[in-house]
Order: sequence, then C-alpha cells, then structure tokens
Amino acid sequence: MIRSLVFTLIAAFALCMPAYAQDDMPPAPYAYTQLDDPVLEARALELMETLRCLTCQSQSIADSDAPMAGDMRHQVRSRIAAGEDPEAIRAWLIERYGDYVSYSPDVSATTWPLFAIPAVLLLAVLFALLRRLGRRSGDDEAA
Amino acid sequence: MRLAYAIPLAIFLFILGLGGYMLSQPKDDAVPSAMISKPLPEFELPPATEGFAGASREDFVGGEPKLLNIWASWCLPCIAEAPQLEALKEEGVEIIGIAIRDKPEDVAQFLERHGNPYTRIGADEISSLMIEIGASGVPETYVIDGAGNIRYQHIGDIREEHIPLLLAKLGEAR
Repeated sequence: MIRSLVFTLIAAFALCMPAYAQDDMPPAPYAYTQLDDPVLEARALELMETLRCLTCQSQSIADSDAPMAGDMRHQVRSRIAAGEDPEAIRAWLIERYGDYVSYSPDVSATTWPLFAIPAVLLLAVLFALLRRLGRRSGDDEAA
Repeated sequence: MRLAYAIPLAIFLFILGLGGYMLSQPKDDAVPSAMISKPLPEFELPPATEGFAGASREDFVGGEPKLLNIWASWCLPCIAEAPQLEALKEEGVEIIGIAIRDKPEDVAQFLERHGNPYTRIGADEISSLMIEIGASGVPETYVIDGAGNIRYQHIGDIREEHIPLLLAKLGEAR
C-alpha cells in the first residue's frame, strides 16, 4: 500500500520534472557575487529590492533565484560598478518593461490614483470628524 | 435602513463582486514590452553553435522585415513552436534566432531534432538582449522592420492560429 503510494508519488514527480526544466548554464558574473566596494553593493542592493522579477512576478530580483533575476542583478551591479545612478538604471528598465518592473512607483498617468486616493480618503475622514465634533459641542451648548 | 449602514455594505458588495469578476477572468501575467515602435537596441552576439553566424542589429537593417525569435534548447514551448517557425520560413520569412543561456552542443542537438528555421543564431548567455528589448520570458518573437525598428511582439510560443497575424504584421512592416 505504502510502497505503491511512494511509487505513484515518484512517478508523478518524474512526470512533473520537465516543467521545471531550466538551463544549466553558470550564472552571470554578478548574479550571486557582491561588488567589492560595500558602498556600491549597498546602493545596488537597495535598487534590486525595488525591482520586480519578471518570471516570478511577486518577488524582487534580490529575492528571486530565477535565472532571469540573476541576469537582471548582473545588469544592476555591473551598471552601478560603472558609476551609473540607481535611478537611471530604474528608468532604463522602465523604458523596456513599463512601470510594472518597479516596486517604487513614480507619479505618472497610470499611477496617480495610488497617491490621490489616500489623500482624498484622509480629507474625507477629517471632514466627517470635524463635522461630528462640531455638532457634538453644539449639542453641549444646547443642553 | 440608515445610510450609515448602507454605505459599508455597498462597498463590501462591490469588493465581493469585483473579486468574483476577476476570478472569472483568465489569468494573464504576460508583461508586454515597452519597446514596441522603438528602434532595436544596438547589440552584437557571437554564434550560438558551430556552422552559424552570430547576430547583431545590423543583420536586421535593410531588406525585408524579419523575425527575431528568442528561444532556448531547454525551453519546452520552443519545441511546440518549432514546426510553426518552419512554416513561417517556408512562407519566405527570414528568422534570426537568439539562444538564451544556452550551450553550443544543446543548441546543435535541438536543431537536429526539431529542425532549423534560422539564418543566424546569436548566443545570449546572460539575457542581455532579452532585457534590452523588454522580453520577460522564452519564447518571444518580434517583428523588426527594414529600418531596424521593433514593430510587434508575440509573447509565448507561436501556434498555428498565430501565423496569419504574424504574416500580416510582417506585411505592415514592409
């Protein structure tokens, strides 16, 4: 019974394997290697944590082990090492993939509601609160 | 019912309805490239295997529109796509391949097994061109016009039903 179950599981995994087929190339030079200069590495890491991995879309490229995330880390680290500004690298990626690639959105034609809605809600709450407090102090006077 | 209770209820029902609607929609996590209608970036890649020329931007400039096919020997949908690329080649379309993170011997074996629709194959070992043109997966196919501009992006494997659209896009790019 148990043996057949184990066998079925192994067979199922064997069938699943090709779905996970990935290249067996060594990673890009700076995919898993930090920059020698700790200041530059910190700058690169800060940027990598706010860039989306495009093959595993809810992770940042700093968190992901997908080969493409490694290749993106290589781009970020080698560009930082060459003296590029982190925000210039972000802009370079947004130019290719759109706002979606960045976890740190700028105000743009598509993202402005993100910034406007909380402000509007806060104002509405403030307005309701003032009105209610105002009414209550009015009641006190009447009593 | 008092309005004060009706508003949260209405918001709740709206969110519930939105959730139900989104569940009924097919999942689409393809990331479209923002490089469409922009020039193909400058690049130069060495040959991916013996007997082929590498690929560069210059290979797309001048002459008929061409297809740039991003693929890899380790990619399963690329096997499904191979006969469709063959069909496009038979229609007279020039296809330049870019092999992503691939080994020369694996590329050769794939071509032997599934046919060769390419005139050139460049080796992109660190996905540099892939990132340059805004591709987020393998396979993807781009229509490049004779002036070297990116005109159209097809995400995922090309199936039989996509061929007329690709031929039409190649015609438009002429």
